[in-house]
Amino acid sequence: MVISKSSKAALWLFLTPVLCWLLLLIVLPHIDLLRMSFGGENDYGEHVWTLQNYRNFFTEPIYWNTFLRTAIFSIITTIITFLLAMPVAFYIVKVVRPRFQGAMVLMLLLPFWVSELVRVYGWMILLRESGVINHFLLKFGVVDRPVEMLYNDATMIMGLVYTSMLFMVVPIISAMESLDDSLIEAAHDLGSGKLVIWYKIILPHCKPGITSGSIVVFMLVLGNYLTPNLMGGKNSLWFTEQIYNQFIASFNWNQGAAFGFLLLLLSSLIIWIGLKLSRQKLGEVAS
Amino acid sequence: MIRTLPNTKRYSFTYGTFMICYFVFLFAPLFVTCVLAFNNSDFPSLPWYGFSLDWFVASGPERIGIFNDSQNLRAILTSFQTAFWVAIFSTIVGTCAAFLFEQEDFPFKNLLYFLMLAPLVIPGVILGISLLLAANTAGTFVENSFGIDVALFRPSFWLVVMGQFSFITTFVALVVSARLRKFDHTLEEAAMNLGATRLEVIWHITLKFLRPAVIGAGAVAFLMSFENFNTTLFLVGSKPTLPINLYLQVRDGSTPVINAISLLLIVGTFCLALVNLYFSKEKD
Repeated sequence: MVISKSSKAALWLFLTPVLCWLLLLIVLPHIDLLRMSFGGENDYGEHVWTLQNYRNFFTEPIYWNTFLRTAIFSIITTIITFLLAMPVAFYIVKVVRPRFQGAMVLMLLLPFWVSELVRVYGWMILLRESGVINHFLLKFGVVDRPVEMLYNDATMIMGLVYTSMLFMVVPIISAMESLDDSLIEAAHDLGSGKLVIWYKIILPHCKPGITSGSIVVFMLVLGNYLTPNLMGGKNSLWFTEQIYNQFIASFNWNQGAAFGFLLLLLSSLIIWIGLKLSRQKLGEVAS
Repeated sequence: MIRTLPNTKRYSFTYGTFMICYFVFLFAPLFVTCVLAFNNSDFPSLPWYGFSLDWFVASGPERIGIFNDSQNLRAILTSFQTAFWVAIFSTIVGTCAAFLFEQEDFPFKNLLYFLMLAPLVIPGVILGISLLLAANTAGTFVENSFGIDVALFRPSFWLVVMGQFSFITTFVALVVSARLRKFDHTLEEAAMNLGATRLEVIWHITLKFLRPAVIGAGAVAFLMSFENFNTTLFLVGSKPTLPINLYLQVRDGSTPVINAISLLLIVGTFCLALVNLYFSKEKD
C-alpha cells in the first residue's frame, strides 16, 4: 500500500541497497556464468568464443547420463517426500488431539534446525559397514557378515528425502490448517470412502502448499552436493559433483560454467512447468 | 478419519505406529551421534566401551578433544564471524527490501520483485560458482586496468559473506514483508498528520512494530549462514567455515571428535530454535 509519494528520500534509501544487492550479487554473476560458458581456448592457447563446452556435454555420454540421472532422481525424491509428508501433515493437523499438536510441530521442526552435515553424518554412522545398525544385526544373528548399506542409490534417495522433508511438510501443514473439518464430515456422512475424500477434498485444498513444497524440495535436491557425495559415494554420479570436479579438480572453469548454466536451465524449466501445471505464480508460492 | 469422526481401533493404532516410526526416523541419526560422542573408543561406532569425556576435554597425544582442537576451534570462530556479518547485512538490506516492495511504488517494481525471489529457485551450488566467476572477472579487470590486486575478489572470508548474504537476504525480506502486511497504516497516517516526516514515521513507529520479526529473521539468517555448505564450498579461501572443515574430516575418515562437535551444534541450535519459537509465539 502506498501512503505518500511526497518523500523521494525514503524511496531511494530503500531502493539503493536492494538494487546493489540484486544487480551486483544476482544479475551480474549469472550473466558472467553465461558468458564464461561460451569461452574456451584454441590450439594456440588463445581465448576464443566457442560452443565447444556445450558440445562436450552432448557428445560425452557420462555427462548427459549424469544430468538425466540427477533430474530423474530429483523428481523421484520429490514424489517420495510428498507421499511421506502428506499423512504426517494430516495426522498433525486433523487427527492428533489438539493438546499434542504444538509439541508435535516442534518435534518436527527441531531436527531440521541442525546442520545438514550433522544429519548426514548421523546416517553414516548408523548405516556404514562398521555402523550401529550392523552392530545390532550381527548381535542378534540376522546376518553373519556386516552389510554395507551406504553408497547405493536407495540410501542416497533416503538421505535426500530426510534432508528436504521439512520443506514439504511445513507448507502442506499451513495449507491444511485452513481446511474446514465440516467438509470432510459432510462427505463422510454422505457415504464417501476415504480415498474419495482424499482425492476430492483434501488434495485439491492443499494444492498451493504441495506446489510450493515440491518446488523447494526439487530445487534443493537437484542442487545438493553434500548428501549425494557422502551417502552415495563414488556411485552417486550427481551432476553437482561434475560441476565441482570441473571447477576444483580439473580447473576447467569454462566447462564448469556451461554445466552450471545447464543445471540452472533444467531447474528453472521444471519449476516453470510445475507452476504452469498448478496454475500458480512464483510470488504466490513464495508467500 | 479425523478426530471428530468415529475411527476404528485398527485405524488409530496403525496411524499412531506410523507416526512413531516417522519420529524415530527423524531423531535416530541425531540421537546416535550424540550418544557416541561419549563412547570411550577411538572410532564413532559400537560396541560401547564405557562413558568418557575424552572427545571433549582430552589434550593429546592420542586423543584430542574438541576444546583443545585448535583447527576445529578456529573453524567455529570463522563460522561465528561469517554468520555475524551475514546476519547484520541481510537483516538491514532485507528490511529495506520489505519496505520497498510493500510501501513504495516505482517503475519495474514487478521485475525487481521477481529478481528478489530468484535466489529461492537458484541452486546454492550455481550461486556459488557464479559469484566465484564474477569475482574472478572483476579481480582480473581491476588488476589489468589499475594494476591493483584486490584480495576481496579472491576466494576469501568476505566473498563467503557476500555469497551467503545474496540468498539469505531474500528470506529476511519475505519474513519482514509478511509482518509489515499486518501493520495498521492509520498509525502512520496519524503521525504524518501530526507533522512527522516519512522517515521519522518509519524510524519511530513502523520499525518498532517490526522489531520482533526483524530479530527473528536475523536469528534465522545467522543460523542459515552458520550451516551453509553448498554456496560456501566454492567461495571459501584459506579459512574454512565449520561445515566445510567437518566435511573434509568426514570424507577422510572420522573420529568421535566430530560427534562431540555435532553434539555441541545440536544443543546450540536447539536452544536458539526454542528461544526463537518462544519469541515468535509472544509476537502473535
